[in-house]
Amino acid sequence: MQMNEPVNEYNLPDAKGHYGPYGGIFVAETLMHALEELRKNYEDLREDKDFLAELSSELKNFVGRPSPIYFAKRLSEQLGGGQIWLKREDLNHTGAHKINNTMGQILLAKHMGKTRIIAETGAGQHGVASATVAARYGMECVVYMGSEDIKRQSTNVYRMKLLGAKVVPVESGSRTLKDALNEAMRDWVTNVNDTFYIIGTVAGPHPYPMMVRDFNSVVGNEIKDQMPTEIGRHPDAILACVGGGSNAMGVFYPYIGEKNVKLIGVEAGGSGIDSGKHAATLCAGQPGVLHGNRTYLIQDKNGQIIETHSISAGLDYPGVGPEHAWLKDNGRAEYVSVTDAEALDAFHTLTRVEGIMPALETAHAIAHAIKIAPSYDKNKIILVNLSGRGDKDMDTVARVSGIHL
Amino acid sequence: MKKIQSRISKKFEDIQSANKKALIPFFTAGDPSAELTVKLMHLMVKAGADVIELGVPFSDPMADGPVIQRSSERALKKKIDLYQVLEFVKDFRKSDSITPVVLMGYANPIEVLGYAQFAILCKDAGVDGVLTVDYPPEEGRDLNTQLRKHGIDSIYLLAPTSSAARMEAVARMAGGYVYYVSLKGVTGANHLDIDSVAQRIPKIRETVRLPVGVGFGIRDANTAKSVARVSDAVVIGSRIVEEIENSREDKIEQNLYNLLTEIREAIDEC
Repeated sequence: MQMNEPVNEYNLPDAKGHYGPYGGIFVAETLMHALEELRKNYEDLREDKDFLAELSSELKNFVGRPSPIYFAKRLSEQLGGGQIWLKREDLNHTGAHKINNTMGQILLAKHMGKTRIIAETGAGQHGVASATVAARYGMECVVYMGSEDIKRQSTNVYRMKLLGAKVVPVESGSRTLKDALNEAMRDWVTNVNDTFYIIGTVAGPHPYPMMVRDFNSVVGNEIKDQMPTEIGRHPDAILACVGGGSNAMGVFYPYIGEKNVKLIGVEAGGSGIDSGKHAATLCAGQPGVLHGNRTYLIQDKNGQIIETHSISAGLDYPGVGPEHAWLKDNGRAEYVSVTDAEALDAFHTLTRVEGIMPALETAHAIAHAIKIAPSYDKNKIILVNLSGRGDKDMDTVARVSGIHL
Repeated sequence: MKKIQSRISKKFEDIQSANKKALIPFFTAGDPSAELTVKLMHLMVKAGADVIELGVPFSDPMADGPVIQRSSERALKKKIDLYQVLEFVKDFRKSDSITPVVLMGYANPIEVLGYAQFAILCKDAGVDGVLTVDYPPEEGRDLNTQLRKHGIDSIYLLAPTSSAARMEAVARMAGGYVYYVSLKGVTGANHLDIDSVAQRIPKIRETVRLPVGVGFGIRDANTAKSVARVSDAVVIGSRIVEEIENSREDKIEQNLYNLLTEIREAIDEC
């Protein structure tokens, strides 16, 4: 584990959790103490050799790390441009990168003496990853999930229940991820003595964006070892899909100092940005304050948060991690969007050409790789973080193809 | 520059010299309707309210329980925005120049408007205080400066878990009164522990030289009375919003009046 490799002069966030004007702690006084307690505990443990060894062992033996990198040769040849490489986070236990973070946070919970885990979930992936580690450590687990999402993701709801978690439907607001996050915060503020809140993405108040980034950075750090071994150098571009932004932050962070590596985040364009039905927060949103941090948001002219749209429930979030907001503004990373239709095409392409079925979230990053690869030289490397596998999306893919399973 | 006394501190001075405690009702602007909002404000004053906390509806009220959240949703469905809330205050001021009005809400609608502009609009409308749930002292400095420029008080929350250092940070920036959240949880929860409130308030007074109001979890005349005994003001929100939600539209005024006068009397008995 190399969680805190110095990344050149980049040393954000500051002590109060700021990334330039973004991030911070925008919560009610009732939560300040819990966040302070969390911050102190995390700051002690992130340098603690025993803690890091324990985490490292869990990641190896329970999660299955390191995940391989894979050269998508047939896809690259068909596109006739740069080489597309895939970081296989889909091969992790539970099928996505989410487990890297939940494993880190539950170990922290254990060290803090907490016995009850709560989590919010949209697509259900983070809920499943939280329920999984809670089962692994014998802790009570309550997952908040919008009632709309419960309808869309019934298989994951069942998985969580099998793992012993209680899934609480959230009926407020738009009944999706953002409302589940509100509800989990309310639970936390009420039960803070015994409860640890595992946030699933690089959002929320400090220290969450930093902590989730650090736990997910295991992915980027592995790539930093693997690519030079495989091909003798770093990739020319790294692509990852961005909803809240945890998988992207995990691969971007270790590369921020490597100025020759292009970092590209791919957002959910839904029916197209002009249609207004999308979840492309960085491409089409404005800065504001939500869920404890300042970042880009999808909002109306009065600052009310509006509903987002994406074929992929995991990208359907009106905010984005504050560090991405900063990387966008300072130009270190570039953010683009691809539509539902393009992502779906990419899903089918990767499945048929490489025999790898990506999650619909991940398919957004694949779609952009397919778009840009032809303009890259044959010796250029495009690395896509294949953040999750597509098993959970069978129903959605079948439905849009007019098939009933 | 001579500091002009704010409407809030004037009000508390009067209350304290009459040896009384303040009653501070909260409700969400625009709920149940725009037409009733200003009427309800006047009615609350008639029923014994000393300060009115007017909620600015927000789509994601993270610190509120289901009752206030639903009222926020109802108001948003009626297209109530920050400009309209300020219009309500302006309207209220036409016939009441004494009762302080505090806006209570969340950061993002203010972020969109900009701090300087928001402060000017508040001043013009006759707003006396602003309580923004998700601007703790650390993040609220710039807004605080702008509000102060126009003589508007920033109201801050204090929690059972607030450390001495945090109380000091609040003391440096707060004006008007501080709002002690009497329990762990969200607005409208129902397990107020009066003994711990009674123990906590003297600690707050050591640091903060402002009146201390207590809220979150005050549901009836009895809890109001016991809270009034140990504090300077009783803040009551969810119970009022619940009354609005559960009353037939033509009964809202009568029911609210009855509720508030009952609480007023209980507070005055303490």
